[in-house]
Amino acid sequence: MKNKIRELRTAGNMTQEDLAEIIGVSRQTINAIEKGKFDPSLPTAFKMSKLFKLPIEQMFFFDE
Amino acid sequence: MKLERNKRIKKLAVWTWTWVATMAIATFGPEFIWDHHPFLTPFAIIVNFANGILMILANRDLFNHFDELEKKIHLESLGITLGLAVIFGMSYSLLDTTNLIRQDAEISILVMFIGLTYLTSTLINSRRYR
Repeated sequence: MKNKIRELRTAGNMTQEDLAEIIGVSRQTINAIEKGKFDPSLPTAFKMSKLFKLPIEQMFFFDE
Repeated sequence: MKLERNKRIKKLAVWTWTWVATMAIATFGPEFIWDHHPFLTPFAIIVNFANGILMILANRDLFNHFDELEKKIHLESLGITLGLAVIFGMSYSLLDTTNLIRQDAEISILVMFIGLTYLTSTLINSRRYR
């Protein structure tokens, strides 16, 4: 699954560590999500959606 | 989050080291400390067993504190370790029963194999998600 978490994070002047702390996951998890190596759980996706004030489908794109 | 994590790691480390210590006492105590006392030997084994249970609970506590990616990494590592331990254990036992190795199959070899396999697979899995 592709996503634009990195763009949203950098636009918000946040480091991976900052985002990890807010969402409640490790920095490695944020890095893996940004690189598309790991798809987050629904609760994590909702937390990101709330933080960036965007619907989930505008942050994550299903790659068929 | 990090403070909570460190607290749980320290707790697990304490219970692991006390488990190793009580295992050493239960193993060498009967011969070198209390001369096969009929009460102290089973007591030392019970203490070691109880300590082992507390070590497992501390490990579960740490596991439940992992985030979703860490849980995935460790779950995959546990699956690989379990599978390899069964295969290696059975082959090792066969080598013993068919007399293809000189010494008896020792459980300690299997325990070391499990530890090394878990460590290696966790490191490899962690690198995959970097």
